[in-house]
Amino acid sequence: MRIALVGQPNSGKSTLFNALVGLRAVASNFPGTTVEILRGRAVLAGKPAEVVDLPGIYSLSAGDPAERVARDFLLHEKVDLIINVIDASVLLRSLSLTLELAELAIPMVVVLNMADEAEHKGLKIEREKLAEILGVPVVFTIASRGIGLKELLSAIPKARVPKTPRYSPALEEVLQELLPRVQKDQRYAGLPPRYAALLFLAEGKALPEEIREKLRCGRDEEPAVILADERAALASRIFHEVARVERTKPGIRERLDDVLMHPVLAYPFLFLALFLLFFLTFKMGGALEGLLMPKLEGISEKVRELLGGGVLPQALAGALDGLFAGIGIALPYLVPFYLLLALLEDVGYLPRLGFLLDGLMHRLGLHGKSVIPFVLGYGCSVPAVLATRILEDERDRLITAALAVMIPCAARTVVIFGLVGRFLGPWLAFALYLGNILVVALAGAVLARIFPATGPGLIMEIPPYRWPAVRTTLGKTWLRLREFIKVAWPILVGSSFVLALAEALEWEPYLNAAARVFTWPLGLPPAAGVPLIFGVLRKELALLLLAHALGTEDFAAVLSISQMLVFTVFTIFYVPCLATVGTLLREIGGRRTLLVILGTTGLALFLGLLVRLLTL
Amino acid sequence: MNINLPAVPLSELMPGQGGSVYAVVGPGKAVQLRLIALGLRPGAKVRVLGRGPGRGPLLVEVNGTRVALGRGLAKRVLVIPAPEEKPMKGE
Repeated sequence: MRIALVGQPNSGKSTLFNALVGLRAVASNFPGTTVEILRGRAVLAGKPAEVVDLPGIYSLSAGDPAERVARDFLLHEKVDLIINVIDASVLLRSLSLTLELAELAIPMVVVLNMADEAEHKGLKIEREKLAEILGVPVVFTIASRGIGLKELLSAIPKARVPKTPRYSPALEEVLQELLPRVQKDQRYAGLPPRYAALLFLAEGKALPEEIREKLRCGRDEEPAVILADERAALASRIFHEVARVERTKPGIRERLDDVLMHPVLAYPFLFLALFLLFFLTFKMGGALEGLLMPKLEGISEKVRELLGGGVLPQALAGALDGLFAGIGIALPYLVPFYLLLALLEDVGYLPRLGFLLDGLMHRLGLHGKSVIPFVLGYGCSVPAVLATRILEDERDRLITAALAVMIPCAARTVVIFGLVGRFLGPWLAFALYLGNILVVALAGAVLARIFPATGPGLIMEIPPYRWPAVRTTLGKTWLRLREFIKVAWPILVGSSFVLALAEALEWEPYLNAAARVFTWPLGLPPAAGVPLIFGVLRKELALLLLAHALGTEDFAAVLSISQMLVFTVFTIFYVPCLATVGTLLREIGGRRTLLVILGTTGLALFLGLLVRLLTL
Repeated sequence: MNINLPAVPLSELMPGQGGSVYAVVGPGKAVQLRLIALGLRPGAKVRVLGRGPGRGPLLVEVNGTRVALGRGLAKRVLVIPAPEEKPMKGE
């Protein structure tokens, strides 16, 4: 038996999935983070079942990536049962999706989750009546506390194909007319005929004019919009039949936004939240690194001794260094960063961040949601680029991805603090961060000129504040880390291998000569060539290699202030690391990735020259 | 009643002010579907809870959900303002 969990974003779907399968699915208090399909196995009502968690969607038909994924799955993957998860506190809005699912003619159970929140809002829902109207079992749950799961399990065998929703007479008449037409149409083969007619209608392209006219009844709207509106109207009628609202006083959670989303008062809190995010990350990361690195270095030295000389052993030892760099340098910062960020997200603060910075983002021709990938970028660019999926508009996704890769990730932080912070003072390092934001903003403004905004602007649900559930917060942290581990780490290891090989085979002079194209105009010593070339593979490597190439870690003794600054600035901006390039290729395609590479390198060269001139 | 009150863009309402949606003017199919999904459709009761600074977005409550709407979009949602700041009835 295959069971699909379908629900709107923030309905507690993933929490319920966790409860059913006991696996880690990623729940979110930020609309739209789960675009992946998660599967798990469970024994439900005595039978083995495959449980599938589909991405959170508002409808099946608005056409964004998550909705397409969900719809294709439901239509073509032989789903035996739909569990429609509803956040009971927003029942009215949720019923539209329920009605759309009812058209699929698949047995269904409706779960009114977050029953406590509904009560808190003064919403009284008559479960029996709703079950009767929809023609399917309806159960209350509070998935986060495991309440109502038994009732859900015993409702599963009683699942029924829902009653067919009936719309306005005009729409029903049109559907009847379309039925014979779509039954002959190959594209809709295997679908319930009525749903096929609805799809054909919503597509609207091949619709004869007289049918359009009949449907419109004076409304000058697209057929898809009329259909969605009729569904919402029906949902509203059902809602008023089954639910009553008793006014309650706004609680603390509602009042919290009076401050945290206040046009003026909100900003001190915003800065505090971001400051704590970075401060705690650096504190915890530094402590972990200090704990791990000496041990790993010890092991590395022993292995080197064991392996002895020769080209291959040296290269292998290099690969091991790459592996350890991941454990000792990257993960100590990435784990706390993504954990704290997941907390901010699950509490519900991240969407508010998007709201508060929307005005600012507009100057870059973007809107508030783009803030999320940018913030993620301070950890690792790979999850940042992946997070651009939450944006609806393709142009917004592209520009956000192009800008997000310029945000200094954990690896570039190593360079900034190891070179500028250590030898020129932490304030200058901090100034580089601010300068980076400025450059990203300017680049955004320029891109906005070249590609004018086409997107509609911000439409984002602001979910209520919630206590994060430990399991889902950890789950999300893990998912982001997994992106680093799966994509970035192997490249880290591979590149360290290649680097050690190059060293053992003495390629350095040739590479340095080739890199003169960059090192000469920037006024850097020729030996900086190899670090910059291999910095493309791993940015923090640029610093380690620089120490190696110059024969000392006391950079101030061999480099001028200007050279240290130029090297750092160039490292921040030039070509995103290989792992990021790989992710960009997958997300935005080859040609655009090439443009990003050329653009960022050009920018890095320009900024490097500028810094050189300014510090002459 | 509201008969003589003209519809105004949602962006014109002051924080705390409510009204009912009269029409959504041509933001394109995809956006319109998204607005309907969040409950912003003709007849829906809305209330402005706050606005971001400058040309920032509006925080709107509709059907018991809080939604952030960009200023540009909020201009396209026409509402008939509620005559008096009365407690909003229900969802």
